Amino acid sequence: MYRKLRLWQTSTDLKKIFLYFSLALGVLFVWQVLGVIGWLNPVIIPSLSTVFRSFGEYLSSGELFRHIGVSIIRVLEGFGLAATLGIGLGLAIGLSRTLDRMTDLLIQILKPIPPIAWIPLAIIWFGIGEASKIFIIFIGAFYPILISVIDGIRRIDPKLIELAKILEVPRRRFIKDLILLGILPPVMTGLRVGLGIAWMCVVAAELIAASEGVGYLIMDARQLSQSDVVIVGMFTIGVIGKLMDSLLRWLNKRILVWNVTYLGD
Amino acid sequence: MAVDGNLVIRNLNKEYVNGQTVIKVLQDINLEINKGEFISIVGGSGCGKTTLLRIIAGLETAYQGSVTLARRPLVGCGLDRGVVFQEHRLLPWRTVKDNIAFALNNVTPEEREQIIQEHIDLVGLTGFEHAYPHQLSGGMAQRVAIARALVNRPEILLLDEPFGALDALTRIQMQQEILRIWEIEKNTMILVTHDIDEAIYLGDRVIVMSSRPGTIKKILPVNLPRPRDRNHVEFAYLRREIYREFFASKDDDLVYAI
Repeated sequence: MYRKLRLWQTSTDLKKIFLYFSLALGVLFVWQVLGVIGWLNPVIIPSLSTVFRSFGEYLSSGELFRHIGVSIIRVLEGFGLAATLGIGLGLAIGLSRTLDRMTDLLIQILKPIPPIAWIPLAIIWFGIGEASKIFIIFIGAFYPILISVIDGIRRIDPKLIELAKILEVPRRRFIKDLILLGILPPVMTGLRVGLGIAWMCVVAAELIAASEGVGYLIMDARQLSQSDVVIVGMFTIGVIGKLMDSLLRWLNKRILVWNVTYLGD
Repeated sequence: MAVDGNLVIRNLNKEYVNGQTVIKVLQDINLEINKGEFISIVGGSGCGKTTLLRIIAGLETAYQGSVTLARRPLVGCGLDRGVVFQEHRLLPWRTVKDNIAFALNNVTPEEREQIIQEHIDLVGLTGFEHAYPHQLSGGMAQRVAIARALVNRPEILLLDEPFGALDALTRIQMQQEILRIWEIEKNTMILVTHDIDEAIYLGDRVIVMSSRPGTIKKILPVNLPRPRDRNHVEFAYLRREIYREFFASKDDDLVYAI
């Protein structure tokens, strides 16, 4: 009975792993087949094997890692700034009705402006150095984090706020035990969304003015019509974005042990 | 005249204004609750019993009349009054122990540990100190809520339909528990309920309220020794008395089989 159960479990595990990778591998397979039978124009869409070859070259020469490193550092700086200011300001606005009323209109107007629309001003203000890129990333990641904090505070169960009032919980413990922990699930989501946008923004910023970074790699390859390198760059962006999100999801799970969530049927 | 430590409610009126209409919630409530007494307030939904409790708790401050505890008028909330709600209202991200600690102010770390452990033992949750609320049953969560409400040693514990969401068996068990705790703590208990049996089983007096506007219809002393037998003749008589207050026009020979 025991052994049977184990076997059954392994087979469902295998099934899960298969389900997880099947679609991505399927796409790669179709791509390769189309390349081999000659349906793809190699200048427009290079074959999968060409892409793999240049991927290998860029990996072994270390050039890819250099570009990735530069981009990641930019993201961490911009995202770190956005997270610090977003959480700090979000808490201040969430806890003060006056501040909420004062800032609401400005936030609502600034929020819909896409980070890309800030690029011209960023270049005028900060030049084409690091600062302008960090600024663009900051603009992209700031609002989802800020909104998640303010919204998180507004959504804390009023019954718990009432309880804190009855128990005469001091302000410090009220913020630490009730507010900060209560907003953690939505803020973790806000951080995930913010990091995703930050990663997109770094590429956008590097496409326009940069001498290194993954975005520059793509732009540089385009000018030389190396579509295989363009795809290597795009693939790298996708994989790193996924890894960053996985890291935050893993953190989310470790931190929110008390949070019982619905995982889907 | 008022005895020291008693809760005295005089000429209490409370109304809500909803646009153009004024809804009278409580009308001419006069009540003196003795120190250490167990009071049950029973009434249908919308009779204002919860509003009355919230006024005593200090959560509702706009009313006419006076509410005094030990001759001092009540202003806002205070640690001299603890509240247990129908929902446990535990912080989902805190363990049993930390949920109780959430209520503790101004104690040294050693005192804190000791007080928390004492109260966990008091409500019979020894061994569950590090459990999270989602790991507890409804009855256990409500025990934590009781421990948390008692941790500041309130003179009055306000119970707002605390067992209303529990299953029938757990409810009876919790009624026995609250009696046991009352006998240890010797504080004043004010229980709001719509369960007539519960009101008689627990209360020294049962206050029957009528609906819209909420008034005190009748105050019935329960002169039965504890623990009370729900099948005792006197118990059944009181039950019938209270039923009559709610269903006066209906058949008097109602058979009470629940």
